[in-house]
Amino acid sequence: MPVITFRQALTDTLREEMKRDEDVFLMGEEIGIFEGSYKVTAGLLKEFGTKRVMDTPIAEEGFVGAAVGAAMLGLRPVVEIMTINFIILAMDSIVNHAAKIHYMFGGQTPVPMVIRTPGGGGQQLAATHSQNLEAWFAHVPGLKVVAPSTPYDAKGLLRSSIRDNDPIVFLENLALYNVKGEVPEAQADGGDYVIPIGKAEVKKEGTDVTIISYSRMAAISLDVARRLEEEEGISCEVVDLRSLRPLDRETIINSVKKTNRAVILEEDWRSYGIGAELAATIQEEAFDYLDAPVLRVGSLEVPLPYSKPLELAALASADHLVDAIHKVLEGKRR
Amino acid sequence: MRNDELEIPYQIMDPTGKMQGAMPEGLTDQKLLEWYRLMWEIRYFSNKTVALQRQGRSTTWGPLNGQEATAIGMGAPLQPQDWMVGSYRDSGAYMAKGYPMSALFYYTRGFSVAPDLVGPDKRCLPYQIVLATQTLHGVGLAMASRIKKENAVTMIGVGDGATSEGDFNEALNFAGVFKAPAVIVIVNNGWAISTPRSHQSAAKYLVDRAVGFGMPGRLVDGNDVLACYSVMREAVERARSGEGPTLVEAITYRHGAHTTADDPTRYRDPKEVEYWMGLDPTRRLKSYLVEQGVWDEAKDKAMLQEVENHVNEQAEIAYNHPTPGPDGMFNNIFEKLTPRMLRQREQLRHELNLEAEVR
Repeated sequence: MPVITFRQALTDTLREEMKRDEDVFLMGEEIGIFEGSYKVTAGLLKEFGTKRVMDTPIAEEGFVGAAVGAAMLGLRPVVEIMTINFIILAMDSIVNHAAKIHYMFGGQTPVPMVIRTPGGGGQQLAATHSQNLEAWFAHVPGLKVVAPSTPYDAKGLLRSSIRDNDPIVFLENLALYNVKGEVPEAQADGGDYVIPIGKAEVKKEGTDVTIISYSRMAAISLDVARRLEEEEGISCEVVDLRSLRPLDRETIINSVKKTNRAVILEEDWRSYGIGAELAATIQEEAFDYLDAPVLRVGSLEVPLPYSKPLELAALASADHLVDAIHKVLEGKRR
Repeated sequence: MRNDELEIPYQIMDPTGKMQGAMPEGLTDQKLLEWYRLMWEIRYFSNKTVALQRQGRSTTWGPLNGQEATAIGMGAPLQPQDWMVGSYRDSGAYMAKGYPMSALFYYTRGFSVAPDLVGPDKRCLPYQIVLATQTLHGVGLAMASRIKKENAVTMIGVGDGATSEGDFNEALNFAGVFKAPAVIVIVNNGWAISTPRSHQSAAKYLVDRAVGFGMPGRLVDGNDVLACYSVMREAVERARSGEGPTLVEAITYRHGAHTTADDPTRYRDPKEVEYWMGLDPTRRLKSYLVEQGVWDEAKDKAMLQEVENHVNEQAEIAYNHPTPGPDGMFNNIFEKLTPRMLRQREQLRHELNLEAEVR
């Protein structure tokens, strides 16, 4: 199987979906001539022309709102927001309109659109350019939110997102673009794999503790789980959520029922976040199976510093996860 | 419409340094020599920051080269009580208002503003890196100055790309409706990363929008420091006398990359760049000064060396200035830290101590 980067998986999928369905088109800032700030749309302007790869004026509410309109007429816009930090300017179009039109217009028209956007810190881009805002979107009925951690999942989820009839926030992470992984080549007969929205995956099986995570932190979780197994004989099960909304409660609960312990790793701030939702879900549905309180590991609740050493100190990391795993396992007989 | 296809906007000194109009009142050769030097300070400051970024010491930086005349035009007419509110490419205007270079260098290290380097309040908001938002903040400041009867004018800088944002248009509307004592300057350098000015608006001039917001608009050659100063000073005086805001469009050019993470040769025609290099604001002012007999090559060479030394000294000051340390990231989030944050700070201190012990 070919090994490609996360970025390449996205680029390939956009190209394949644009070939497969001529209603699919791209819109965003700097996605054409510049090929995207993170080069995800590389080569697509040349291949598909300006009608299907549209560089827009710098107006996020403008082009997301226009995409909502285009989606209502049956096109399938895939909008790129340069980074999730700029999505704040388009909140009205996303939360008040993309998420509610199908409902408020009595089901007359779906809004089949994808909003792709990278979040995450660690790139020294300072407080207003390094955020993880997924909790804002996962909170909203009418939106679906996905956050893959591997090139394979990125491809499978982008395919299903573009083909889905609901508005989807597709979260990427700046630090994942160069991550490599195995991805099958596209099938000529259209029999390509898709990853269903709303399905988590157990990325590694284990018996001592469940680590629940998504996006870049899921990749870190997997590394930590392998290391702890090898070095300390701790058997971690890693659940990669892949979709934040709808949430795959079944996979999470089944895993916790098996291991009786859970640690959640998120890059975001913990307060009112994805981890809070997961911890609540676990205590609601698997309380009697828990042998220790659910622990959450996240970033310090400060605007992310610009300075490199301070930024690293503030961000959730593998070391923090290891500490939490040790803590949740205190008193466990092994 | 590309910037180089536009008609010649308001100009006093042409690209060869010849006067096409009257010298603005009060300007002396001495003042112009100061400005000429300041242009080079701004440029060398920017070049130094790029060099420091390449060494991994400074963070991402958007070079200012080419925009020095507009910057001086914006900063020079301001009085100490006036506000300067700009974007990340307006720090030249900050220097023209008297903001210390060392404080700007410190900021580019990745730390918040160091008040002790700034000295007494310079009334410059830290330059904004989010597009167009400063236009609203600036109009709000101007409205507040009016309410507080401070007799202060707010000078607001914004790039051509950012004029497409809703914030910019809402700011102009508020400025007009509330007669805010503000001057909003579109620093039109032709490019928003790779997006040309023509792709931001179908209007021939961005300043044409002034009509729709009920304020005068002035188009000016952004590489002619005399024209910039003259137009902006008039707008500042107009605002101060209570007549309301003015929209200015200064046509200039971004000589270099969007930021240190960009390579403009991928999307710009080298002929276009060459054309604009010929309109370099330093060149025409120098020609004029030489023509006046107050400047020559030997003086130029000596001055450039002085400027380089000065810029290096300012960088030294900033790079020797104490850093806030890990506690710094908790400072100023609130006036007083919440219990949860105090716990997190304690936890971080504890972890760092453990790490230090291991070492």
